[in-house]
Amino acid sequence: MTAPGQEPPLLRLRGITKRFGSLVANDAIDLDLAQGEILALLGENGAGKTTLMSILFGHYVADAGTIEVMGADGAPQPLPPGSARAALAAGIGMVHQHFTLAMNHSVLDNVILGTERLWSWRQDLAAARAKLAALIETTGLAVPMDARVGSLSIGEQQRVELLKALYRSARVLILDEPTAVLTPQQSALLFTTLRRLAEGGLGIIFISHKLEEVLSLARRVAVLRHGRKVLEVAATGTDKARLAHAMVDRPVELPKAEPQPVGAPALELEGVHVAPAAGVEPLVDVDLTLHAGEIVGIAGVSGNGQRSLAGLVAGTLLPDRGRLRLAGAAWPQGGPKALIAEGVGRIPEDRHRQGVVGDMTIWENLALEGYDAPACRRFGLLDLASFRRRAQALRKRYDIRGGGSETPARLLSGGNMQKLILARVLERGPRLILAAQPTRGLDIGALAEVHRHLLEARARGAAILLISEDLDELMQLADRVAVLYRGRLGPARPRAEIELARLGLEMAGQGPAGADAA
Amino acid sequence: MRLEPRQQASPWLNVAAPLGAALLALVICALPLALAGADVPEAYRLMLAGSLGTRFAITETLTRAAPLILTGLAAAIAFRARLWNIGAEGQLYLGALAAVAVGTGFVPVPGFLLLPLVVVAGALAGALWMLGPAWLRLRFGVDEVVTTLLSNFIVLLFVGMMLEGPLQDPMSLGWPQSAPMLDEASLPKLVERTRLHFGLVLALAAAILTWLVIQRTRFGFELRAVGANPDAARFAGIAERRVMLKVALFSGAMAGLAGVGEVAGLKGYLTQDLSPGYGYAGIVVATLAQLGPVSVIASAIFIAGVFVGADSMSRAIGVSSYIANLIVATALLTMLLAGLVTRYRISR
Repeated sequence: MTAPGQEPPLLRLRGITKRFGSLVANDAIDLDLAQGEILALLGENGAGKTTLMSILFGHYVADAGTIEVMGADGAPQPLPPGSARAALAAGIGMVHQHFTLAMNHSVLDNVILGTERLWSWRQDLAAARAKLAALIETTGLAVPMDARVGSLSIGEQQRVELLKALYRSARVLILDEPTAVLTPQQSALLFTTLRRLAEGGLGIIFISHKLEEVLSLARRVAVLRHGRKVLEVAATGTDKARLAHAMVDRPVELPKAEPQPVGAPALELEGVHVAPAAGVEPLVDVDLTLHAGEIVGIAGVSGNGQRSLAGLVAGTLLPDRGRLRLAGAAWPQGGPKALIAEGVGRIPEDRHRQGVVGDMTIWENLALEGYDAPACRRFGLLDLASFRRRAQALRKRYDIRGGGSETPARLLSGGNMQKLILARVLERGPRLILAAQPTRGLDIGALAEVHRHLLEARARGAAILLISEDLDELMQLADRVAVLYRGRLGPARPRAEIELARLGLEMAGQGPAGADAA
Repeated sequence: MRLEPRQQASPWLNVAAPLGAALLALVICALPLALAGADVPEAYRLMLAGSLGTRFAITETLTRAAPLILTGLAAAIAFRARLWNIGAEGQLYLGALAAVAVGTGFVPVPGFLLLPLVVVAGALAGALWMLGPAWLRLRFGVDEVVTTLLSNFIVLLFVGMMLEGPLQDPMSLGWPQSAPMLDEASLPKLVERTRLHFGLVLALAAAILTWLVIQRTRFGFELRAVGANPDAARFAGIAERRVMLKVALFSGAMAGLAGVGEVAGLKGYLTQDLSPGYGYAGIVVATLAQLGPVSVIASAIFIAGVFVGADSMSRAIGVSSYIANLIVATALLTMLLAGLVTRYRISR
């Protein structure tokens, strides 16, 4: 195969510009993708990665700029703007971060969905089946064709997404944060597959903000910042520090946890049992003690009981058996309100669904846990001026950007939304903090900020239960780490005794936690 | 052409959009007016004159607006919390029934206490009637759209039974109507020699009270949070059920008050045709007002004006007054469109 750049590129973006009101989401971006190349698109949230890909895929129409895709004859063809159908026809396939699969249909049905003619009496299932079988054979993306997609693991569902794109003869494949939901082993497997696909001539655009995987996978890296392409380099000629610097325009130092002595038990779980029910992940005999001034990390792939564990500590769930204790005393009865009053701070897993009321303003969201304090009332009515003053101070202290106090919270970026939640929680000086996936989907700048706040709370003597899928995060912050697998919690071992590779295996059920389950 | 979400709608647009929607509705309805053989500009001029042209017209419009404000508030506060109370019509009749039961001397109380008691009894009757649907929803998850809607028919039949039974006026010669309200139990006139009564003041006060409750009380804060994101509200420890129950009671009370105004201020006695669908129209009022309690006042006056004006116009040039329903319905649709425009930007 010839080197890229000497042949006409597979995909060529020129001067792509997109404005939303006064915000310039994409500013004259040029981008080329050669056949067989893996290009990483790196950038903070809000840097314009998603907008750019949405334009490419026809969800948005660019204000200026052109897109050309190499046609079947090797000549570049302009891509008509604003049509996902045209993008698909031109061979552009997209794997979204949140899968777009029909969960109660079979793999085969999902793959052929949309490829058939709408007004047709019959389906040629046999031909589709043969084509898909051949595709699975050549790509090595093994999935049972007739299984219901909902019954597949996350890794398998992602393979279905890939197959869906390839089935339509995609020549350009866009992956939006594909490793966000995978274990390290699953990620490694995905990378092997992607490399093989690229060798077969597929052009791949890989969106991420994990620097390490970008460097290991991609041949070329393009960095976006504030809607501009600020860096484009060969992956071999750069390093993490340079990429991080380009992403945030300032050196990012990830805070480290300094060892410190721990205090009395802040949270104790003894033989806690949660029975499986609709929408409730079971927990089996979970024991855990969390001391003041320490961070205990819970590693594991989502769906293994994290949600229930978080629910217990957040006060939205009660155990069926076993008991919880808060700072040596009985667990407060009366749900979230009682817990908040007793000094439990809760950072929910799903910011949009549980963390903020999107249609309420920033100041209202900052008051969501404290609006009913007597100090917040004057003559029986809420003292809104005091709410606003407080919000003003908190926005400054926690660096919440992206709008004034009156801005609806839904307009905030993920990082700023998380800072809002942190501000609300930490301002009450909690002694126990639940942090469920606190940096999921955040860019490195916001991530460092969240880590800094959590470590400050730890230094203050708070006990923190950190539930995360990001092993780097656990290894950076947690004093001890335990693995949750199928509702069973392994022993919480000090960080120094933990190997990353071993942790990955335990998360997949091959280790102490998994052995118990068998 | 495609829609892209706006970062923030300008205040100017928030005012212009509903006005534009009302205007667009009138423009669209020019077509059926013309088809009915009317001179369109003349018809609209007559409508305007009939609703706002004279002192009398204005008082008529306001008289009609009073119950619409209250039923509009009933819908607005409930819908804010995503409690779909479609039963304002029934709650209105129950409010009227309670007002009549207290205000015709059925219950012996001193005169000066009678009017406050009538008002309280009416509000209470409407509120308590919401208990059933609210309980069914909170306890068993029964859809309140169905229960509140169906309970309207129960109330109407019950009112009929009472009007032909214990509450029937002995002097009515067999007509199903109640005894007249005592003078002490009646709302005073606001303007002499017109039908405009003190019920309008009651409605305006209720609108301001509702605004205050929604914007400045703990309950209001909770109801907005529950309505906008029940999951986050629950996570923050807001007792969703208690909030919903209070909303249900508040909503029912507003509708009940509408019934009080109609019997104690306007008609003076209860019949089965007290309300020409004010309860249902309240939903339209609230939707046009985008669920804002103060905007409910404006939207109720607009709708009342359309109805009063269309009545007067149809008398003058013989176009059916059903055109009013058409205009209001069209305004509802254009308003939804306006809501879209304030939230999204239309680009090429």
